[in-house]
Amino acid sequence: MTISKLVLIELWKRKSQLISGLLAITLGIAVIVAIQSVSVVSEQNVARNLDNLGANILVLPQAASIDDYYTSDIDAPTLPMDYVERILTSTLAGVDNMSPKLTRRVKVGSQSIVLTGILPKSEIASKPLWQSSGLMGAGLKTACAPTQSANQSHGMEDKKLQRKAIDTLYSDDCLAGFQVAKRLKLAVNGRVSIMGKEFKVVKILSETGTVDDDRIFANLKDVQVLLKLENQVSAIEIMGCCNAISDGLLGRLRNILPDTRVTTIGQIVSTQIETNQMMKKITLVMLVIIFFVGGISIGNYIWANVNERKREIGILRMMGAERSTIYKMFLLKALILGVAGGILGYMLGTLAGVVLGPYLAGIVVKPVYIYLVWSIILSVAISLAGSIFPTYLAAKFDPHSNLQED
Amino acid sequence: MILQGDNILKQYHHNGGLINALDRVSFTVQKGDFVTVTGPSGSGKSTLLLSIFGLIRITSGNIIFDGNRIDSISDLKLAHIRKRSVGYILQSFALVPYLTTIQNVMIPLALEKIPRKEQFKRATEILDYVGLSDRMEHLPRELSAGQQQRVAIARSIIHRPQIIMADEPTGNLDPRLSLEILEFLSKINRENKITIIMVTHSPIAAEYGTMKLHLNEGKIIASGK
Ligand SMILES: Nc1ncnc2c1ncn2[C@@H]1O[C@H](COP(=O)(O)OP(=O)(O)OP(=O)(O)O)[C@@H](O)[C@H]1O
Ligand SMILES: [Mg+2]
Repeated sequence: MTISKLVLIELWKRKSQLISGLLAITLGIAVIVAIQSVSVVSEQNVARNLDNLGANILVLPQAASIDDYYTSDIDAPTLPMDYVERILTSTLAGVDNMSPKLTRRVKVGSQSIVLTGILPKSEIASKPLWQSSGLMGAGLKTACAPTQSANQSHGMEDKKLQRKAIDTLYSDDCLAGFQVAKRLKLAVNGRVSIMGKEFKVVKILSETGTVDDDRIFANLKDVQVLLKLENQVSAIEIMGCCNAISDGLLGRLRNILPDTRVTTIGQIVSTQIETNQMMKKITLVMLVIIFFVGGISIGNYIWANVNERKREIGILRMMGAERSTIYKMFLLKALILGVAGGILGYMLGTLAGVVLGPYLAGIVVKPVYIYLVWSIILSVAISLAGSIFPTYLAAKFDPHSNLQED
Repeated sequence: MILQGDNILKQYHHNGGLINALDRVSFTVQKGDFVTVTGPSGSGKSTLLLSIFGLIRITSGNIIFDGNRIDSISDLKLAHIRKRSVGYILQSFALVPYLTTIQNVMIPLALEKIPRKEQFKRATEILDYVGLSDRMEHLPRELSAGQQQRVAIARSIIHRPQIIMADEPTGNLDPRLSLEILEFLSKINRENKITIIMVTHSPIAAEYGTMKLHLNEGKIIASGK
């Protein structure tokens, strides 16, 4: 026998009580872990989506939000296609590349996918007007291509993640994102019918872990016709030269493009950072609540346990157990509860995140293993904090007055 | 001389008045004595028994154990003395309900951090001695009253104390079992030279004493061999 073994035996013999003692702390930790796992992935996603844009200026309709841009709802506002030409003819310095897009969420069979119309490079280059502007010219590009450090400052460090330009995409052809292909069981050279029009799948894109995985890319003109939005686009992505951006390219773009929102990725990122900070604040508030609720609940449980074992405490003290032994008994128990609560809470929270994430936030949540460590640390801290006072009282009990009661 | 009490006074405040639970009690116990403490209900027997090693703190007086004053030392030091040198047996057995016979018996060794093997060896020996070898894995509620008290006795002697303090150890037992327990205590007293102080109501039990104290209203009114 050791005091630790005694603690374990007592825990085991009263395991049903254990469940109620653990409930609050487990649920509390689970909630935090779930929120954190979902929000960490959504943060990563946004960052990756932005990286993936390969563009650093976004032209959106005035009424559209960044969310519209990603979620592509049915009634998201659009802007006229002429704006693309307006930019080209404006002889604005610093526009390296651009890509107009029309995006809508549509149904294919019973599945919901995002259909994105894009202009392949070849088509942009084939327009005489655009060619003459030197937009695709190699000379201009190298002269004003964003430097590595400029790229990094815009959160586009990872070259692999950047979207590769699509050179050719003929009418009636489409490219399928990885997840879409999986869900609709598409194969290269297979066919897919979208809103009554047959497309040939020319390529299945490799997995990027971004919204692109859920998209089907088709020629912009096909998509405009299909959606009955001729000459409309949802957004124009522009690769702007960094120096030009700081020289006021955005303002000049706004001047020639009325009723649009012209933002830089930097602004989007900072908005996102604000949202993230908000999430962090919410988590912090949750943390404080859970600290108190969990702590009080564990404290309550330990206090009930102390009362139930008053006589046993008296017996042990009679046999010469020091106060420190009583501390050890109950704090060790609290520690075990804390570790168990942390592990269970982590598992429950991760499970909730993984299962509910795709439904609630539309993202794939993966377990974050380091949270297990944090869950245990947090849970143990809460458990010990909640137990210290009841344990102090237990150690202070007058041994003899508890000896004879039954 | 193993234990000496001098002018022990224990007062309780009760409803604004003072109760002298122990009223200037003095006594001397020699090593190997079997002391029986008798007296009417409320005469202070339990108070005396629990006061000696500090489970109840006395109001004034001296207690000397093994050559040292122990009435005014710290709770921690008293706990150490109880752990090493004292065994307690109570009327209500005072077993830990969720521990088996052998686990209960090993508690004093656990408190002294004796190695596992040694604990097991001593516990099986002692349980053999009290005749409970076949009840080692039973929980207290799965034992008869007499068996429970024998577990308590085994637990009170396993750490080889100098003195055993027993408060009505036969109070919950029928006469036949009482006799059995008394024989045990007497055997322990004789064979191991362990000093015993036993509070009892029963005149038969009192006969086992080699030294007898009789209390009334907190005072020793008779003492003798
Ligand atoms: N905590 C207390 N507060 C006030 N008075 C107390 C307290 N504990 C004991 N007493 C009083 O002290 C006196 C002695 O009590 P004690 O328990 O020592 O008697 P006892 O001789 O063991 O009696 P019994 O044979 O019934 O066990 C009693 O009058 C009792 O009422
Ligand atoms: Mg009594």
